Amino acid sequence: AALNDGLRSQVSAALKEGRVTPTELCQRCLALIKSTKFLNAYITVAEETALKQAEEAEERYKRGQPLGILDGIPIAVKDNFNTAGIETTCASNMLKGYISPYNATVVQKLLDQGAVLLGKTNLDEFAMGSGSTDGVFGPVRNPWSYSKQYKEKSVPKSHSEDEESNWVITGGSSGGSAAAVSSFTCFAALGSDTGGSTRNPAAHCGVVGLKPTYGLISRHGLIPLVNSMDVPGILTRCVDDAAVLLGSLAGHDPKDSTTIQDGFKPFELPNLTDVSKLSIGIPKEYHAPGLSSEILALWSKAADLFKNAGAKVVEVSLPHTPYSIVCYHVLCTAEVASNMARFDGLEYGHRSAMKDSTESMYAATRREGFNDVVRGRILSGNYFLLKQNYEKYFVKAQKVRRLIANDFVKVFRSGVDILLTPTTLSDAAPYTEFIQEDNRTRSAQDDILTQAANMAGLPAINVPTALSERGLPVGLQFIGRSFQEKQLLTVAKWFEKQVQFPVIQLEEVKRHDTDVFQHQKSASFS
Amino acid sequence: LAPWVPVVGLEIHAQISSNSKLFSGSKVRFAAPPNSLVSFFDASLPGTLPVLNRRCVEAAVMTGLALNCSINKKSLFDRKHYFYADLPAGYQITQQRVPIAVNGSLSYSLCIDNKMSQMVTKTVRIKQIQLEQDSGKSLHDDSRSQTLVDLNRAGVGLMEVVMEPDMCCGEEAAAAVRELQLILQTLGSSQAVMAEGQLRVDANVSVHHPGEPYGVRTEVKNINSIRFLAKAIDYEIQRQIEELENGGTILNETRAFDSKLGCTVPMRDKEGKQDYRFMPEPNLPPLILYDAKSLPANMNHQQVINIDWIHERLPDLPSVKRKKLVEQYGILPEHSFTLLNEDGLAEFFESVVKQTQMKPKKVIGWILKDLLSYLKQHSLTVKESPVSSFLLADLLNLLEKKEISSTAAKQVLAELWKGEGKTSLEIVKEQKLELLQDQKELEQICQAVIDGHKNEVIMMVLG
Repeated sequence: AALNDGLRSQVSAALKEGRVTPTELCQRCLALIKSTKFLNAYITVAEETALKQAEEAEERYKRGQPLGILDGIPIAVKDNFNTAGIETTCASNMLKGYISPYNATVVQKLLDQGAVLLGKTNLDEFAMGSGSTDGVFGPVRNPWSYSKQYKEKSVPKSHSEDEESNWVITGGSSGGSAAAVSSFTCFAALGSDTGGSTRNPAAHCGVVGLKPTYGLISRHGLIPLVNSMDVPGILTRCVDDAAVLLGSLAGHDPKDSTTIQDGFKPFELPNLTDVSKLSIGIPKEYHAPGLSSEILALWSKAADLFKNAGAKVVEVSLPHTPYSIVCYHVLCTAEVASNMARFDGLEYGHRSAMKDSTESMYAATRREGFNDVVRGRILSGNYFLLKQNYEKYFVKAQKVRRLIANDFVKVFRSGVDILLTPTTLSDAAPYTEFIQEDNRTRSAQDDILTQAANMAGLPAINVPTALSERGLPVGLQFIGRSFQEKQLLTVAKWFEKQVQFPVIQLEEVKRHDTDVFQHQKSASFS
Repeated sequence: LAPWVPVVGLEIHAQISSNSKLFSGSKVRFAAPPNSLVSFFDASLPGTLPVLNRRCVEAAVMTGLALNCSINKKSLFDRKHYFYADLPAGYQITQQRVPIAVNGSLSYSLCIDNKMSQMVTKTVRIKQIQLEQDSGKSLHDDSRSQTLVDLNRAGVGLMEVVMEPDMCCGEEAAAAVRELQLILQTLGSSQAVMAEGQLRVDANVSVHHPGEPYGVRTEVKNINSIRFLAKAIDYEIQRQIEELENGGTILNETRAFDSKLGCTVPMRDKEGKQDYRFMPEPNLPPLILYDAKSLPANMNHQQVINIDWIHERLPDLPSVKRKKLVEQYGILPEHSFTLLNEDGLAEFFESVVKQTQMKPKKVIGWILKDLLSYLKQHSLTVKESPVSSFLLADLLNLLEKKEISSTAAKQVLAELWKGEGKTSLEIVKEQKLELLQDQKELEQICQAVIDGHKNEVIMMVLG
């Protein structure tokens, strides 16, 4: 078994048959994490507990009683999910050293099924950002920066320049999780998605990034950014694996009153062969300003792919798309201002040494604990929530949100099954270029293609499609109907099979896993 | 001098009587060790979410129905933001936009001129009832420059009952609150004991001349008993009148009642006018309640609250109980008030009536005058009475059978009060209090007294 194997198809079988043991898998992943440390994908590596979990899984396999497909499978979790006994920092000074007493529901579900928790991945502070560059533990590096594919295409600007300064960002805010999956240090990772934070880094890192329907997966234990838009996100190397993760995580949680009551049935994805009954919508507004010609061409090619296979491909309109960024900005900052109010240094987390008064302690704690991005959003949000501004901004934005959601309803009602759009405006930018603009500017630019799905609560998925001229991954996004993940993933899986996205060629991985490059021509594991 | 019209409105916070808190599973208990009843959610640990407590909603619906409110079939939760040490999340979850119940009324009775025989009924409109979280408690230790925070109370369910400014003085407010307290206790939706912080009252007070618009109002807080409520309001009314008559102005401020000095003082209001930046609570969907008509057929009974079902099961409210007592036992209305005013007294009375042949109209005197005054003298509740209903009934039977005089009965009661375990009959025999029925024996005794006091007899005969 190899590190790039699909879960359902190969690794699970290998574990069951004893061709590889959970401890072997775990040790290999841990070793790879060590040798890819320069990626800065992990904030905390839980080596001891992971090995223990692997041993326990091994016992179960020996007895012939594995808990399920995920038993013994190494996974990583974004550091904004609570993990009992393991530090949860949200990449912020405010929570450095914070050991949560409880597991997020999704973490608990994974552990209950025997998954091996390797560690917590890096992110933008409190999930605010689109580059995974603004956390206190430093930026995450895109593994593709070190890939053969990228190195072959990149032209060094001068002799003194080495690959150190050429590295590209992962995208964000779940960059650590995306990098972890992309570099084979785990088989799947949890991210979060509020405006595109799972799909964006998935696109830049060449992995599958699934944003489920709002209310399908529990948010209990996910440290919130925007409660009305956040969802736990799933990052995997193939669509089938995303379906497996989804099946193990979805369903009503009494601890989260925003999860749906209806029962959820995990499904296996059919192998779609006939797309003639499918209607694919191409929203014209997603031809957004700044969309690279490369991606535009790829998008067009993808549409043709469906058309040539017999699907109905139609142009549709989501007219309120241009307003979504501003609307998102108001609603997001308002909820951020509210959600961050609990960080006062009193009950947990960083507490300033300032002792003059409770208020001065609060102020100092929050100034010391939060970075500029977080503080900027809190200030904006409080402004929008002031009594004299509430109607003008917050209520107005809620109304616009309704219009944006209705755009989708109308399109889906007109007979369209799935929407096909780009995920990002371009391939991953070099870090030195990315940081030329501030977080807010970048977020506004980068979220534009992903964030309307959060506004409307719809499921959406990034499928790695092809490499750019620079040798970096480009993905395309599919957006589906509420709670129709099965249809969404089925179509995504069909597309994945068509495009045969190349496997990343990483030295480090090669060293650790000699089997990997036997399958280097394709990433589809049927 | 033109007359002044005082206007009094009340904001009352009643702690819901429930096993666990409004949005979390931690227990609700008074005077538990500090920070021993705090769940992750109560401590505002990041990532925790509120889960609505069904019992709290039922308590609010019961209270709304008892106060003649319209129950909103759809109500919403909001966040009210401010920073304070006893508010871990930096916001309180409350119902600002659409509360659970609106537009009700409460009838209460007052004695005119302190004469219980002249009672008048008044009504105050209930603006709304909303569900909200209680805050924790903070103790300021100035000597060590520190604040101690206890979160046991943080997140306990509260019903905020807003009474419109239909009252005119401390007495009315006190009577209205007393009646509300009795209603809550009857429903069981709140134990409403002010001393334990289960019922907190803030008063809004203003004065104006008749025909003119309402004056600027002040809010009076820190009132710890119903008696102090009346005092605080009356003081504040006087203060405002004096201030205005001396050419001053009333500030729209919050004042605290100082029970030692009997006056109101401005509170150190650092924030000035607070902007609470209200925002919908995104983690709680709208609260939907049903009635018999709107209840969908296939709905899980456990998952929904049926207003009509609750309505059918409401116990008799105090006003109804009083009426029944008057009708059933022929006692006076003011008697029924006193009976209900004292916890357990009505039950005691009814128990005695059952066990004695004495007419209820006569029993009531013994209950309200003798028993009650003993209880008050010794600061005891009815439950703690050393004289049980059985003992009292037994005594009254002796009186009714004319085996003792009423004077003797009072003596026996005093003895029973000592709680030495003797029966009335035993005490009567001990103290030789039997009424002599024998005519001859009586004549002999009288003659003996007369014979023994010859001088006094002469004085009496002479006038």
